[in-house]
Amino acid sequence: MTDIPVDPNEVRLTINGHEVVSTKGEMVIAAAARAGDYIPHFCYHPRMEPVGMCRMCMVDIDGGRGPMLQPACMVPVAPGMKVDTESPGAKRAQEGIIELLLANHPLDCPVCDKGGECPLQDQTFSHGPGESRYVEEKRHYEKPIAISDLVFLDRERCILCDRCTRFADEVAGDALIHFNSRGNDTHITTFPDEPFSSYFSGNTVQICPVGALTATPYRFKARPWDLAQQESTCTTCSVGCRTVVQSSRDELLRYMGVDSDPVNHGWLCDRGRFNFESVKSPDRVLQPLIHDGTEFVPATWSAAITEVAVQLRAARAAGGVNSIAVLGGARGTNEDAYLWSRLAHEVIGTPNVYPQMGDGLPADVLLLDRATIDQAATASTIVLLAPDLKEELPVLYLRLRAAAEKRRSRIIEFTPKHTGLSRYAWRTIGYEPGTQQSVVEKALADPEIAAQIAKGDVVVVAGRANLAETTVATVAALRSVLAAAPGSRVLPAFRRGNVVGALQVGMRPGEGGLDTRSVLQAAADGKIECLVLLGADPLADFPDTDLARRALAGARRIIAIDTFLTQSTQLASVVLAASAYAEKSGTTTNLEGRVTTVAQQVSPAGNTRPDWMIAAELAMELGSDLGYDTIDNVTDDIAWHVPGYEGITAAAIAAATDGIVAGAPTGIAPLAPIANPIGERNSYDFRLVVSRTMYDEAVGTATSPSLAHLATPSMVHLHPLDLGRVGTTEGAAVKVIGSRATVVLHVVADDSVLRGTVWVPFRHSGANVGDLIDCTAAVNDVRIENI
Amino acid sequence: MSRLNEANVLHAKEIIGRYPKARSATIPLLHLAQQQDGYVTNEAMAHIGELVGATSAEVLGTATFYEMFKFEPVGKYLVNICGTLSCALMGADELLHHAEAKLGIKAGGTTDDGLFTLERAECQAACTEAPCLQVNYRYRFKVTPADLDQLLDDLAAGRLDGEVPPHGTVAKVRQHIPANKAVGAVPPESVTAPPVWISEAAK
Repeated sequence: MTDIPVDPNEVRLTINGHEVVSTKGEMVIAAAARAGDYIPHFCYHPRMEPVGMCRMCMVDIDGGRGPMLQPACMVPVAPGMKVDTESPGAKRAQEGIIELLLANHPLDCPVCDKGGECPLQDQTFSHGPGESRYVEEKRHYEKPIAISDLVFLDRERCILCDRCTRFADEVAGDALIHFNSRGNDTHITTFPDEPFSSYFSGNTVQICPVGALTATPYRFKARPWDLAQQESTCTTCSVGCRTVVQSSRDELLRYMGVDSDPVNHGWLCDRGRFNFESVKSPDRVLQPLIHDGTEFVPATWSAAITEVAVQLRAARAAGGVNSIAVLGGARGTNEDAYLWSRLAHEVIGTPNVYPQMGDGLPADVLLLDRATIDQAATASTIVLLAPDLKEELPVLYLRLRAAAEKRRSRIIEFTPKHTGLSRYAWRTIGYEPGTQQSVVEKALADPEIAAQIAKGDVVVVAGRANLAETTVATVAALRSVLAAAPGSRVLPAFRRGNVVGALQVGMRPGEGGLDTRSVLQAAADGKIECLVLLGADPLADFPDTDLARRALAGARRIIAIDTFLTQSTQLASVVLAASAYAEKSGTTTNLEGRVTTVAQQVSPAGNTRPDWMIAAELAMELGSDLGYDTIDNVTDDIAWHVPGYEGITAAAIAAATDGIVAGAPTGIAPLAPIANPIGERNSYDFRLVVSRTMYDEAVGTATSPSLAHLATPSMVHLHPLDLGRVGTTEGAAVKVIGSRATVVLHVVADDSVLRGTVWVPFRHSGANVGDLIDCTAAVNDVRIENI
Repeated sequence: MSRLNEANVLHAKEIIGRYPKARSATIPLLHLAQQQDGYVTNEAMAHIGELVGATSAEVLGTATFYEMFKFEPVGKYLVNICGTLSCALMGADELLHHAEAKLGIKAGGTTDDGLFTLERAECQAACTEAPCLQVNYRYRFKVTPADLDQLLDDLAAGRLDGEVPPHGTVAKVRQHIPANKAVGAVPPESVTAPPVWISEAAK
């Protein structure tokens, strides 16, 4: 070594004759890849721990004792190291490995889904010997076997690289697949009758270096070379994972995760990966519909737009602009939300605009110092006052789980029910809904927790853990944490895809405007002349079903802009057929404020149109030209006019690989909280906890055939020790009696539920728990009775 | 068939307590399960997973790596006849065929009365004593077909009960470490002092 590195972590080594600057701890294979020297490999994956399983990355490494063949994925860089990736020895080793891997691998590439994008196929051509000396019969297994509802395993094709099993264990934390047996008999299995039912199973299909793992929605659907693709962003939840959307012959066929360092690291959840099927659903609304009093009648766009304008004018004449309300907008793009907010506020003139469905937190949470996902995943302390992230924001769960597993962060979790992250939390502190502020304050007084918080660098993940209570207690608890840890940042765990974008670009109440609950209350009181549902389904999504039902009955006119005829849109007088994800382009904003592109990959189904275009045409019909021709006009206009989005033009986003993080919004008025007193729970009662799970009756899931059957029926979950108190047994049907309704549900003993509470998943099939929820009550208590 | 019974759960807990990490007890617990039922049942593996904090799939993966864990019922006596080089040269094949004929089963099978399972095994490290075999892992050296007949007859008649316990028996006397003698399990990450052999050597 001649020169002394300035950075103590800097390591200089030579790869194929040229000097490469690397950092301490980096593996040779990664340093070589950065330097443009590709080393063939199968088992190595940059987002997982190396295992040296496949031996394909054998290269000549000279660490000072002469060149030796070593696996480049297992050897960390060292100063002065000389690496030769193409020496005769390395080449011979690599050819030998390919020959060995192919000794048992069937050469069924012409009928294999992976053919054309297969690392084994590609590297056999680039680094293989060209022929084999093996004449023996290959190994045979039953093929393929289903290892879960979504994933099939062909053990004959498997090269035992340990990628899927490592992913299941290391990344997802669901070690449900494992190597079985030894030597020539080694194969991947699940435990008998315990399928690989991970929420992240689709990732194993993506990272499989051969065609051993295939997923139901894509099996035998296309050849890779026929696929057209574009980079986009998943808008299923608000994490905003980067994806590649692939199609063939104008039909959506597959999503793949893109490795975006600040967001998803290449991973997707199965719901986000496979719910593209809903875009192709035969149940889509394909053209505008006008209700003629008895049924929906297909209409032309001009007739439908005219009809909507007529109704809006009539509503304005009858009750003034305050009698019109627009709910929704969180499922579309920033552009959709921006034009609808302009239409509502400027053209129609109503202040009653809101994108959340009573299942989030007050919008002023966005005014707090916001954390990015990266900041959360590297914080020294992560405080969770959030719903079960594994169920609602799955890839954020992966990031925070990794933070805890790699000992970067300590998680302090406050929750009304044990969650997917409880296993990894440093402290899990349960609370009975309504008591979170006192529980949080008591916890913060604990010397160990106080010392941990005092280290600084705290990120609070705040969201709605329980739909059966108001946000008052959670917001109060959040304020307590922020007071105890000044300078901490907040990551809002809002649920819907673009809810942050919608709120920021203007889908929020104007002067004297109402939020969703108040709009529904006003509608129920007969004060709403026209209710516009922009991709919103209050009957299914608003926690208080009774209020939603009365509101939709009380609203004089309902206009719906939607992709499906949902429970709520069926009550509309006009349904405008909206284009779905991947049928329109634009931008979206994730929960950290990151603005990324959403790409149009297929033509809109039938005669549907994107929301922003509908808004522009409605504005025109109402006498105002908003003045946009293309989607880029709208994006640029947002960059000009929306606080926080300065400079985020269409060109700037296109140039930024990982999107651009928008600044804080201004002008969000704190919504008046409902401050009903929180009563003590009667000891005969149970406090109701209601939250969502990954697979429920949500439209995107229910209309995706591969996912729909994964949703389970609604059940009431009790702590096992509470079963005896009620005198019931697992599986028995009981009456769950709330203040206004009684529902009958089957009992599940579940030790993730706290004693004295019951948990019911929201929006599952069967009895509707929303009937039990009074959204004005601070908390909801129920009684359980045997039938 | 069955999970670990109550007595064995107590044993299991004692065994787990000997290790800093519960998962380290997986293999001893698999032995315990095999001792209980003569083979390792799926239910026992799921139960072990619960006890040591692993998934059932991980326990299955660990267990199937080892030849000596059986996942289907085997006879009371497992007869392993070595078939590797030295024994093969000294007549292991004839011995195996003889055993097959006498027991009326093929290698890998179990007799109908559940008494014998016959296996062809890899080298048992007794090449000087070829051909050799093991009954429940107890050696028999320089075995002739006549010796084999005698052995099988003795086993069937119970004349070797004292010497050869039923398959799955790990030890006739179970190890028990009284609480006051146990060193205790120290998690590796909390060890700060240097190892004894270094600190002693320094004195």
